[in-house]
Amino acid sequence: MRSRALAFMLALAGAIVLSGCGEKEQVVVYKQGKYQGKPDSKPWDATAFGGDKAKWEASIRARNQNQNEYKRM
Amino acid sequence: MARMKFICDAERCIECNGCVTACKNEHEVPWGVNRRRVVTINDGVPGERSMSVACMHCSDAPCQAVCPVDCFYKTEEGVVLHDKDLCIGCGYCFYACPFGAPQFPQSGAFGLRGKMDKCTFCAGGPEADNSEDEFRKYGRNRLAEGKLPACAEMCSTKALLGGDADVLSDIYRERVLKRGKGAEIWGWATAYGKPEQKPAEQPAKTGEKS
Repeated sequence: MRSRALAFMLALAGAIVLSGCGEKEQVVVYKQGKYQGKPDSKPWDATAFGGDKAKWEASIRARNQNQNEYKRM
Repeated sequence: MARMKFICDAERCIECNGCVTACKNEHEVPWGVNRRRVVTINDGVPGERSMSVACMHCSDAPCQAVCPVDCFYKTEEGVVLHDKDLCIGCGYCFYACPFGAPQFPQSGAFGLRGKMDKCTFCAGGPEADNSEDEFRKYGRNRLAEGKLPACAEMCSTKALLGGDADVLSDIYRERVLKRGKGAEIWGWATAYGKPEQKPAEQPAKTGEKS
């Protein structure tokens, strides 16, 4: 029983020690002239449109025309 | 969909600063940071002109070219955005930009400079759309809600237009063709409109010798 507990403790300690090896790279490596940040999603992928680009474009088109008062009169 | 652009009609802008206020309010922009501002030339002189200026989302953006950490990117709609997690606040983009669009929040007695902040065309940034993180870092993402920038949509005189560049060109062209150009578009008639009806004709007096 005692040897089992010891083995478990050793395994746990080993796992903790080894987790240090999985450390992420701390230094950023820049590639010349390329965007280095996080990727961004498309506006039509938002919950309001659910990936429907045509629906998003229709909404933007309607809003665009709202700025034309010759069409609104 | 073509490229997203702003255009400001200097004949219509009345320097109300409504666009500036709308932007500040929409994105809860901190003190000292103005993503948009109104510039007036020949102030107080007949013929003065005002223009609302912010990031023009350049096709070949100089800010993007000079950024040492390459934190800028351009979306499919032609909006120039940046990743604030990567920005080091060096200020190169400020010197490169011909419009003074990049802004830097400052704090403390020594004016510690924070990460760059600029107009996002109300398109947020590289965080989950309409998330709390996106709002905190970049402001509201109206484009993901199917809306256009707040500054342009609320402009009372429709001097500032924002959206699909092709459509904006058509709107502006139609406007210029209707109103004409030159001296006739400045002054009373432009502000209050030209008389549309002729004065009512007086009825002929009866019993009058002709």
